[in-house]
Amino acid sequence: MVTADTNAATRRRAMVLVALIGLVGGLAVASLGVGPVKLSPATAIDALFGGGSEVQRIIVQQIRLPRAILGLGIGAILGLSGAALQGLLRNPLASPSLFGAPQAAAFGAVLVIALGWADVRSFALPSAAIVAAFASVFVLLAIAGRNAGLLLLILAGLAISSLAGAATSLTMNMSRNPFAALEIAFWLLGSLEDRSFRHVMLALPFIVVGAAILLSQRHAFRALSVGEEAAQSLGVDVGRLRLLVILGVALGVGGAVAVAGAIGFIGLVAPHLMRPLIGYDPGRLLVPSALTGAALLLAADIAVRIIPSTTDIKVGVLTALIGVPFFLYLIVRERRALSGGVA
Amino acid sequence: MNETAILLASSLSVSLGGRAVLHDVSLALSSRHLVALVGPNGAGKTTLLRALAGLVPSRGTIEVGGDMLSSLTLQERARRFAYLPQGHQVHWPLPAKDIVALGRYPHGAADPARLTEKDAAAVMQAMRATDVVALSDRRITELSGGERSRVALARVLAVEAPVLLADEPTASLDPRYQIEVTTNLRAAADRGMLVIVVTHDLGLAARFADTVLVLSEGRLVSQGPPQDALSDKIVADVFRVRTYRADHERETVIVPWAEV
Repeated sequence: MVTADTNAATRRRAMVLVALIGLVGGLAVASLGVGPVKLSPATAIDALFGGGSEVQRIIVQQIRLPRAILGLGIGAILGLSGAALQGLLRNPLASPSLFGAPQAAAFGAVLVIALGWADVRSFALPSAAIVAAFASVFVLLAIAGRNAGLLLLILAGLAISSLAGAATSLTMNMSRNPFAALEIAFWLLGSLEDRSFRHVMLALPFIVVGAAILLSQRHAFRALSVGEEAAQSLGVDVGRLRLLVILGVALGVGGAVAVAGAIGFIGLVAPHLMRPLIGYDPGRLLVPSALTGAALLLAADIAVRIIPSTTDIKVGVLTALIGVPFFLYLIVRERRALSGGVA
Repeated sequence: MNETAILLASSLSVSLGGRAVLHDVSLALSSRHLVALVGPNGAGKTTLLRALAGLVPSRGTIEVGGDMLSSLTLQERARRFAYLPQGHQVHWPLPAKDIVALGRYPHGAADPARLTEKDAAAVMQAMRATDVVALSDRRITELSGGERSRVALARVLAVEAPVLLADEPTASLDPRYQIEVTTNLRAAADRGMLVIVVTHDLGLAARFADTVLVLSEGRLVSQGPPQDALSDKIVADVFRVRTYRADHERETVIVPWAEV
């Protein structure tokens, strides 16, 4: 009986995974077709592999493919980071954006730009973003301590993101070139527009390494379900795990922010969408959450191209518009835990 | 010292946050024994348990199964000591069988959906021993406190470690489950493990334990068979209570009776 149920659960998870991969693939193809020049999926795929007219090939291969790759990779690392942080902290409200990691990464990047140390296409940008993201997650975990409750984490995250935001504003304030400030402001909103393969090369290595680090710890997250002490007694080096998660999240989110600005709430939402389908096992949630994150960002990036508007809506604005109400819903659901003091 | 001792500690001292919590604790404990670790609140019982498992840094030496604890890797330690913390906390509503399967983590079985035959057998045996097979697919959050404590116990039994450390496994359980959990631990000792249980229940300690360790202000003040270790004088000195004592069904009854 136990085996039969285990098999059923495994089959169900496999089906969800296949469906998600199909969804992400479909959205990626759609992303290649959507824009001022609309292409059918067949035309887009044809152009991708060297068919179609030269204009179509340039549009698909040079303009839309990098955008689709970034949407997929950045969405995936955000979803994965959210699931990993929730697993590490055993807390469903954990996410990189609530903890100020993207904001801090943005500050790091903005500082580098404003100081004129690097232009937006150099590796100094993701490096600065990653260092700042690392510092923010590290500070958060240091403040929150070992058995942090919801309240403490959210307050600490709020403080860090506010500080990072203020520091960014200050940097823009001090910027001598008003146009640079404006550009930074728009960039901060989070967007995948007009990104080239140069951007893909800037972000993707960090995203891949960050994702690999987080995925390698999937079983440790499961052991952590029984608490840090019990996990340690099962052979999990909890201190090392914590550092690896900080490193993985900082690399991934830092790389993502460096090319796309701050795109929030995907990391928070993705694991929640998956729990009813996959279950609560934090180790099993990582890959589905990454795929869901990819699907969410690709969909949001398609949506900003479809929504009729005189100016471009930034994808980061859209994800926040959808994500914040979801966050409020989560708070309401966790109300008892929150008002019951620090658990 | 005792030749069959599986767990030896000598001059064990622990400081936490600059405060000395354990002073110079030495002990030698053998397999097939149920050892009750008792003492007033703040005596250092949990700290001693953690120190023995290597979960907090300590001075002095600990030997387990003939090896120095300090020479063992985290995984090797995890195979020697099964540790049940207070409260049997589980943070996510996982199925009971996945929690029990975590007991095989030290043996390399990280994924409960892909257990080897040996691991699956160990999980099954542990679940049978604590009578939780029927709860396999229930989520841990749907279970009663007693059921949850049995699942937690099954997790540590599944480790199949020679030493089992349990921190107040009977706390907040109703009388029936207190007896049931203690009987389970007794059975584990009878199967050949060394079982060390932190408890505030002198009655259960007196009745079920082979050896009682009495800890007071970080020092081991008494150890031996229950009647000796929990003598009137010791109990009065350490716990500041008088006890009622009797024999019932040929077992020792000790009930805290009044303050002294």
